[in-house]
Amino acid sequence: MLAEILRRLVATIPVMVVVALAVFALLHVTPGDPAVIIAGDYATGDDIARIRTRLGLDQPFHVQVGIWLGRIVRGDLGTSIFSGLPVATLIGQRAATTIWLTLFAMLISVGIGVPAGVVAAWRRGSWIDRAVMVFAVSGFSMPTFWLGFILVYVFAITAGWLPVQGYLPMASGLWPFFSHLILPALTLSLVYMALIARMTRASMLGVLEEDYIRTAFAKGLAPRWVLIRHALKNASLPVVTIIGIGFALLIGGAVVTESVFALPGLGRLTVDAIVRRDYPVIQGVLLVVSGVYVLINLVVDVLYVVLDPRIRY
Amino acid sequence: MTQLDRRQFLAGATATAAALAAPSVHAQKAGGTLRFVAQADLKILDPVWTTAYITRNHSYLVYDTLFGTDEKLQVRPQMVDRHSVSRDGMKYSFTLRDGLKWHDGQPVVAEDCVESLKRWMKKDRFGRLLAAHGPRLAAADRKTFTLELGEKFGPVLEALGKPSSNVPFMMPARIAATSADEQIKEIVGSGPFRFVKDEWQPGNQVVYVKHADYVPRNEAPSGSAGGKRVHLDKVVWRYMPDAATAAAALAAGEIDWWEIPPIDFIAKVEQNSALSTFLPDALGTQGWLRPNHLHPPFNNKKARQALLHMMSQETYLQAAIGVSKYFRTCASVFACAGPYASKAGAEGLDRQNMERARQLVKESGYDGRPVTVVHIIDIGFLNAAALVTRELMTAAGFNVDLKAMDWSTGLAVRAKKDPPDKGGWNVLHTWWMAADVMHPAVHFGVSGAGPGAWFGWPEIPQLEKLITDFVRATDQPRRKQLAEEVQKVALDEVAYVPWGEWMQPTAFRKNVNGILKFIAPLFWNVSIA
Repeated sequence: MLAEILRRLVATIPVMVVVALAVFALLHVTPGDPAVIIAGDYATGDDIARIRTRLGLDQPFHVQVGIWLGRIVRGDLGTSIFSGLPVATLIGQRAATTIWLTLFAMLISVGIGVPAGVVAAWRRGSWIDRAVMVFAVSGFSMPTFWLGFILVYVFAITAGWLPVQGYLPMASGLWPFFSHLILPALTLSLVYMALIARMTRASMLGVLEEDYIRTAFAKGLAPRWVLIRHALKNASLPVVTIIGIGFALLIGGAVVTESVFALPGLGRLTVDAIVRRDYPVIQGVLLVVSGVYVLINLVVDVLYVVLDPRIRY
Repeated sequence: MTQLDRRQFLAGATATAAALAAPSVHAQKAGGTLRFVAQADLKILDPVWTTAYITRNHSYLVYDTLFGTDEKLQVRPQMVDRHSVSRDGMKYSFTLRDGLKWHDGQPVVAEDCVESLKRWMKKDRFGRLLAAHGPRLAAADRKTFTLELGEKFGPVLEALGKPSSNVPFMMPARIAATSADEQIKEIVGSGPFRFVKDEWQPGNQVVYVKHADYVPRNEAPSGSAGGKRVHLDKVVWRYMPDAATAAAALAAGEIDWWEIPPIDFIAKVEQNSALSTFLPDALGTQGWLRPNHLHPPFNNKKARQALLHMMSQETYLQAAIGVSKYFRTCASVFACAGPYASKAGAEGLDRQNMERARQLVKESGYDGRPVTVVHIIDIGFLNAAALVTRELMTAAGFNVDLKAMDWSTGLAVRAKKDPPDKGGWNVLHTWWMAADVMHPAVHFGVSGAGPGAWFGWPEIPQLEKLITDFVRATDQPRRKQLAEEVQKVALDEVAYVPWGEWMQPTAFRKNVNGILKFIAPLFWNVSIA
């Protein structure tokens, strides 16, 4: 197993190189020019040309790629064209918000979605099942920004229980930290909660038809144990996949939620950089997020083995 | 049943919420922290390197200026204690006030100002005009420096007291020695607030603290002139890209001052008894329709004049701004609330004449080729302006091709001199604060310098000569007369077409006091109860 993990980690290197090259190429065929944005309204063509030269944007594509890859190999993600701050610093400023938001959102999604899916499958066709499905369809259909504003209206403005916006680190106190994350995490979790509930239900329905489940019931095991130890464990592979994908997507950018709640996360960092064509920041963030994506996939694959001993790599 | 769009819904929800939240006024001690939602994300810190308004606004906290501009647009000494001009107007001498200190504790000396002005003159339009008149800058002693002109230049003090980008902010000589094409790496000013670099998070917040050693002038504050007395310990700028979030945060007391609420939020903000609105910049903002003079059909004067005669500022302003108390038609290329406003040569602009526009299109020999109009879709008022332009140009007889793009792409496209079918453009829309279109020396739209002119590149030598005459004139009546001449030529040649002016209110909680009238938000004189 350890050898397989190491082999997979090594295999991520060519994947990351391909990602890096694709990101770089894609950005350079996208219309827009940071030099023009920097130069501002009063710039002449000569001013813009000077800025392009200073930023190295006038170099041939392969030279720019070479310089960038050389830096990446040395662990240097580059410097923002606009703020002059290292990309690693910018990512560091935003990473905590995104990680905590993702963790809270996934905790809520899994904590509610999995039991709801299990119960819906167990009580198939009952009012509980229908309620869970109505909830799941609503969860998919509700626009994130709309839900976010409704939650803000109810819990922040009307009730005054929670803040409207912003993020505070844990160092500022447990409640201030937690209170700033509740509404964004709830907003973000709804769609994943619905997805996980539906996926759990569908997977459980298949497993509950199996002979070994019937045997377990026939042995007189309590339904709770049958559902959790026998059915859910065997139904969990697709659910784990969904959770893994959800994690990766959330880390990649909960842009709308971050905008609605004015959270300084990686999603907004990426969008702001794209809007301004801040190439080093876009490339750096996408590279890091791609790395996280690859690692999460690896974790999911390892979990498959843990959950289903029949799987071998 | 009337359908609500998202914005209407959010504005309504905010208003209701604001009304509910009104009694819980956010209490904060005087001298505390002011939380401010800025108009944009501060990403560039160098006010010479960029003309971005957000960088200019940031710099008003951190840096000081030799001269300031007061509410009545009069230039008054700020860092300068006294100054003198030789009889022939060719030599100026400036002596700095006592007690001026940089944020690193070093005293401000004359050499710092000399280097700062040299760097500014390489970038700014007004500064470049001054530089073209052969000024020699030199420090006479630690507190005095001189400016000796090679050729006559009238508005020296107006240039040094220029209120909008690029403002000649003063920096230590070692920092001002940075190439004007390179961004400064160290933020050390002598202004009333100190920038806290460690707490700067681009895309989220900027933090400033009071500069304890700042010595204000012993005068009442007025615009960027007068005594800059600081009552706050700390100012925190937040960036909130979503207007509804900012509105809710203001109503809930999580922020104190929201610089630029969208106009359609204002009525709802005004319904909240805990909030106030205020027009800090009565000069306003001017909208532009700019033809590209390089390519057909607008390399033909008659086709450009058709744009002038089709213009209906009221239609543009209704579509783009919407609330009539915040806009005004203005048949002048110079700001209507400014000293050079005039109707000289503005007959075509003053009244829409679509019949005349159609006739001019025919006379221009327009061959029906598609006319590319840059359509910026992520800035509401530019989006609306482009849609109005399409309607009016179509009615005038043009075959309009709207090219939708975001603002960043638009900036790259507008810099292209290629023909429209090869990625260039024919017409674009933009806006300028009225302070930037106040007179010929700062107004980019009336430059006729061809390749050196603003995007659209009109080549009108007569305009350049008139602008040179303007900056060489030393008396106001002569300058006024020359500005009128500039306007006549600019409108006859249709360097651009102004589509009206609008004013932007600011919103704040009622516990915020002392906001000054100016084109940028100023934080001295402001206190929080």
